[in-house]
Amino acid sequence: MSDETKIAVRVENVVKTFSGGDSRVFALKGASLEARFGEILMIVGPSGCGKTTLLSVICGTLKFDEGKITVFDKDLGKMRNGDMTRFRRENIGFIFQQFNLIPTLTTVENVSIPLILQGKSTAEAERRARVVLEQVGLGEKFKSYPNQLSGGQQQRVAISRALVHEPRLIICDEPTAALDSVSGHKTLELLKASALQPDRCVIIVTHDSRIYQFADRIVQMDDGHVVGHFDDHTQLQHA
Amino acid sequence: MLNVALKMLFRDRAKYAMLVCGLAFCSLLMCQQSSVFCGLMMWTTATVRNIGAPVWVVDAKVEQANEVIPMRQIEVDRVRSVKGVAWAVPLYIGIEQARLGDGSFQNVQVVGLDTGTLTGRPMNMTAGRIEDLRLPDSVVVDQVAVEKFRRKGIKIELGTVFEINDKTARVVGICHVSRSFLGQPYIYTTYDRALQYAKPSRKQLSYVLAAPQPGVSDRELADRINKLDGLRAIESDELFWMTIRWYIKNTGIPISFGTVVILGLIVGVAIAGQTFYLFVHDNLRFLAAFKAMGARNSTLAAMVLTQAFSVGFIGYGIGVGLASWFGNTVLAREAPPFFMPWQVPAFVAGVILFICSFSALIALAKVMRLEPAVVFR
Repeated sequence: MSDETKIAVRVENVVKTFSGGDSRVFALKGASLEARFGEILMIVGPSGCGKTTLLSVICGTLKFDEGKITVFDKDLGKMRNGDMTRFRRENIGFIFQQFNLIPTLTTVENVSIPLILQGKSTAEAERRARVVLEQVGLGEKFKSYPNQLSGGQQQRVAISRALVHEPRLIICDEPTAALDSVSGHKTLELLKASALQPDRCVIIVTHDSRIYQFADRIVQMDDGHVVGHFDDHTQLQHA
Repeated sequence: MLNVALKMLFRDRAKYAMLVCGLAFCSLLMCQQSSVFCGLMMWTTATVRNIGAPVWVVDAKVEQANEVIPMRQIEVDRVRSVKGVAWAVPLYIGIEQARLGDGSFQNVQVVGLDTGTLTGRPMNMTAGRIEDLRLPDSVVVDQVAVEKFRRKGIKIELGTVFEINDKTARVVGICHVSRSFLGQPYIYTTYDRALQYAKPSRKQLSYVLAAPQPGVSDRELADRINKLDGLRAIESDELFWMTIRWYIKNTGIPISFGTVVILGLIVGVAIAGQTFYLFVHDNLRFLAAFKAMGARNSTLAAMVLTQAFSVGFIGYGIGVGLASWFGNTVLAREAPPFFMPWQVPAFVAGVILFICSFSALIALAKVMRLEPAVVFR
């Protein structure tokens, strides 16, 4: 397999602006990056540098103004809203900073949502959700509600939800922000063990330097630009 | 996802309870008050329904069933002379004073039926025989008389004697009829005896009851009788609605009940609408997450509508159920009036549908505008 075919996500000179009254704020000023299958790519940088905006345009939850984004050879800029929604449903798993677990649903019900959205029956979705929860060590917590779980356990439920429909792209927004360092490490270990596969790509936005060691590659952002690519987290720390 | 929507709703117990209580209270208020209003309107037409004649002939100036403008006795013969009349009989209705055994007084509504035919007789006799009205001094009293006299310590039974305007009345029967608007007991007797009970007057005929011959409709007969000077013939149905319209137009009853119904609507919109909006607002973050995960707008709309109409249906059911229970309880006591035609629950269902749709639409506007990217903020 050539290097070219290994690329899962390609971002080329993407510009994104937000209008703020009469002025326009540039969140992305021609950002470019590539994410390959079988790797964990971390996007790092100071607050307000455009990390989350870049993540949002990569996963198609936000439209961009200029440039080109290709995910699994699909040009996101040419997709209509309906196609984009279906693309997300079938190809992307999300892990949010605040977990976004529905407090009134049990863990198994929370995890089964992506499958239900894909049209699976509740019974089938919950059966598969149980399997994934077993894999992340929450076999005893099927019927627990999120508020009955620790922060680390909630993040494991969120990881299960992101993986249950076997997406090819996992998007993580500050996955350790709400966790202590031990839980953060465990979460990344679990993510690396269960999410990382040759046909899958994981993109993590973070400013938590304690988890840089889990990245295969790191992209550094500043002021809407990608300012550095690092194959090793130690390079970043020396940069 | 509709299952998920319902679980999100039912398990948010505080808001769910608030929503259901708000809508149930709103339904109860509107259903109960509308039914009491309908019951009150039914009381105003008790005479029409109790007598049950096809065509009523009254003085030309009469505007509703409970307004009696006495006519001359000869009007019965004038009506009988109209072509197409199968029969025409006199009817006396007047408020008289009854003196009970202990010397206390009670206003009663004396109904004088045609002596020969007893046309307009009560259909439901609970004791005695209506034919015994032809015996001297005999009267048939209704259940209201029994109840009112009982409260005064007098037990009414067959053979009980009391006085109406100083003339003897002996109970030969007890009947059950619709009670009158003013709540005065009905005392049935023959027309001739009713005139004896009544205070002397030149004109004493209250109504002429008539029926058409086969092949002539009630409407046609009424039209023919209307050609007679000074008389007005009204079909039973028309008199019923004329009376209700008169009470709606000339009394404050509709305003009073209407105000409560509007209050119910406001309570529904304010409590249920606001709570539902808050419920959706609190879940916006999760709805945005669903949207990011690939939920279509139509899926989210279906979820919100399912939630809104589910609480609406449950609240409506509880409210109408409670109103029915109230009705069932008071019907046994016959006061306050209660009548729930199918139009009342249908109207309340319409209002609840409006409240739920209104609440859902306001919430939906927010959901439809929701950017999935907000989950990353």
